Amino acid sequence: MRGPDVTWYLALAGTLFATGALGVLLRRSPLIVLLSLEIMLNGANLALIAFARSLGDGSGQIFALAVMAVAASEVVVGLGLIVAMARRNLELDVDEMTTLRG
Amino acid sequence: MGDFIVWLVWIGAAVACVGSGVLVISFQNPFFSAIALIGNLASLAVLYLLLSAEFVAAAQVLVYAGAVVVMFLFVIAYLGGQADAPWAGRQTWTLYAAAIAAGAILIEVVMAVGLATSDRLTDEARIEESFGSPAEIGRLFLADHLLAFEVTSIVLLVAAVGGVILGAHSRRADERA
Repeated sequence: MRGPDVTWYLALAGTLFATGALGVLLRRSPLIVLLSLEIMLNGANLALIAFARSLGDGSGQIFALAVMAVAASEVVVGLGLIVAMARRNLELDVDEMTTLRG
Repeated sequence: MGDFIVWLVWIGAAVACVGSGVLVISFQNPFFSAIALIGNLASLAVLYLLLSAEFVAAAQVLVYAGAVVVMFLFVIAYLGGQADAPWAGRQTWTLYAAAIAAGAILIEVVMAVGLATSDRLTDEARIEESFGSPAEIGRLFLADHLLAFEVTSIVLLVAAVGGVILGAHSRRADERA
């Protein structure tokens, strides 16, 4: 393959994953936590596709597409929860959500 | 010469990717975070193209930028000022703890991959022209990975049902209030 080695892609994927993890751990707004989760999933996707290219096996790309579908589902449920919380006038703060009681 | 251009594009996309990722987690206003996520996804699509994954790059733009980010923006607009978020934890030590935890994850990933693969990573498989094309992806999905394909459709159906149920419940809570 022309250009960078798979190692470079893996380093970038790890950095993206750590960035997303930092967002998930640091931010208190559930919306930003969801956005950071997307970054983490994309980091994993990049690693999958880099390995698919380096091993010449398309299965990694199939896995990446499945991850995309899961990410879309997660956003549907996560945003549904956030909207439900907002309608109950709960504060949108992950530190405040300490019980699962309805 | 071709190699040089690929490196140039790669470095540009990588910088845009990490930069917009940092912007996503650092903006106070979730609207700007969602906009920054579009930049992140677009630069990732460029990287996917460099890895000859054309179909995944197209799906990335369609699914993420087209559907996911639009839904985020819709919810942010619906919530209005409620969505504005305080930046970080209440104590400064949570900031340091989070940074250390994220760094530990990065080091763990690098160590795990490095130890598992050692020096075999430089091996380069020869690929055919059709690698990553829609036809090839379709063949893989319907021949080799049919179960994954069907399970994905069930996951999407369950998520849609979950979204409807969550919406219906919160509407009932509205009426009671």
